Amino acid sequence: MTAALSVDRLEVVFDRFRALKGVSLEVQSGESFGLVGESGSGKSTLLRAIAGLAPAASGSITVNGKKLGARRDKAFYREVQMVFQDPYGSLHPRQTVDRLLQEPLAIHGFADGEKRIQRALDEVGLGTGFRFRYSHQLSGGQRQRVAIARALILEPAILLLDEPTSALDASVQAEVLNLLEEIRRRRKLTFLMVSHDLAIITHMCERLMVMQNGEAVEHLTAGDLVERRVSKDYTRNLLRASDGFVRA
Amino acid sequence: MSTLLEVDDLRVTFPTRTGRIEAVRGVSFSLGRERLGIVGESGSGKSQTGRAIMGLTPPQAEVTASKLAFDGIDLLAASPRDRRALRGKRIAMILQDPKYSLDPVMSIGRQIVETLRTHEKVGKAEARARALAMLEAVQIRDPARVFDLHPHEVSGGMGQRAMIAMMLIAGPEMMIADEPTSALDVTVQLDVLGILDRLVSERGMGLIFISHDLRLVSSFCDRVIVMYAGKVVEQLKASELGRAQHPYTRGLLNCMPKIGADRHPLPVLDRKPEWAV
Repeated sequence: MTAALSVDRLEVVFDRFRALKGVSLEVQSGESFGLVGESGSGKSTLLRAIAGLAPAASGSITVNGKKLGARRDKAFYREVQMVFQDPYGSLHPRQTVDRLLQEPLAIHGFADGEKRIQRALDEVGLGTGFRFRYSHQLSGGQRQRVAIARALILEPAILLLDEPTSALDASVQAEVLNLLEEIRRRRKLTFLMVSHDLAIITHMCERLMVMQNGEAVEHLTAGDLVERRVSKDYTRNLLRASDGFVRA
Repeated sequence: MSTLLEVDDLRVTFPTRTGRIEAVRGVSFSLGRERLGIVGESGSGKSQTGRAIMGLTPPQAEVTASKLAFDGIDLLAASPRDRRALRGKRIAMILQDPKYSLDPVMSIGRQIVETLRTHEKVGKAEARARALAMLEAVQIRDPARVFDLHPHEVSGGMGQRAMIAMMLIAGPEMMIADEPTSALDVTVQLDVLGILDRLVSERGMGLIFISHDLRLVSSFCDRVIVMYAGKVVEQLKASELGRAQHPYTRGLLNCMPKIGADRHPLPVLDRKPEWAV
């Protein structure tokens, strides 16, 4: 097995604040890898640094054996796409779904746009009836499906998911998680997924990394979490918190 | 158990260009000195129910009820002046995100003192002392320092504690908490709930806890009301949630991923049109 994505001692610094302090991880091809931690732990920053949205101060990121430079080229974005947390903020409010999906195709010079848009919409369960609507005419779950369609339309191998369901209702969350799993199985995608919810990560991912204050606390498998084989207090606290409120 | 709040056939209607939209359609329940959870997804009318009780419904909306009474006072017949006197003094409300619900240009201490002095005749020195004591009661370690901080200088969990302190300082008998912990990290969430729980039971308040998180509510409240499309579909004891009858309640419980439950794909809610009737 080859590593689809590897991050080596990555540092991200904003002004004088070290948001990531030498984080390393390796994600195998076809694997689903989770990042958990509280807000401010650096999990989203790590994802954004991989996508080229946050500046790396030192360290390296390698995708499919190719080391990335400071700027991402077009080929990178055909390989790696990202789905953001807030479907209300990540879709252009004055563009139709059709226009939104055409943009990546135009940038990368695809000729068979028509077919791809239809297929992408079918794949996320929206159908062509939604093609000429604006995002404000869609519900949160439908918007997130459009965002997923936009990420998939270039047929990337790696999907970066930044809390893809935390803005959605529980029942819609289940639908979107099922959709993501099905797409991953069908297309043999590699996922790197961020969530603050341990239950979602154990459901979606085989391995995960717990983060705190810009550092990796520990690496675990989903099985470790289920059996509560964790060695750090921080992780134990997170686990306890996910059980809900217990009256003292 | 004395009844604090009685709600019978509460309806909230919004006029829109495409006709009247009923956000709340005939909700009835009563509240004693207990913790009552109202659970539902977005658009279920749970927040509008809380706001109607508080008297914070937008002016264009219409609120009707065959009974909406707090401690024997008919809230719908009460004058705006009387309702203003109730709000903050006897009925308090905590909102979701302290970033938006606290005044950004006023120090935390001054905001708490303002609430107190609006409702009680107290001198400046005494008001300050009571605000500091209240900040201590919500487990803020260095109350004198936090007193002078502005909301942007504190974390989300600290802001929400300050919000709770502000709401409790006038000694309300009933509190409506609308998603009080949804903007917080899970571990901070439990701290804030712990504080809320202790203060509510010590002071014998009635609490309405509005949330989308059925499991969290059931671990915190005594009783749970489940709302769907503006209506109450089920009322049950929190301890008996496992025996919920309505398919919506069961679907909602079922569709969440659980640590240790290996279910692929997750069961999804099959919404039936008759639930909304």
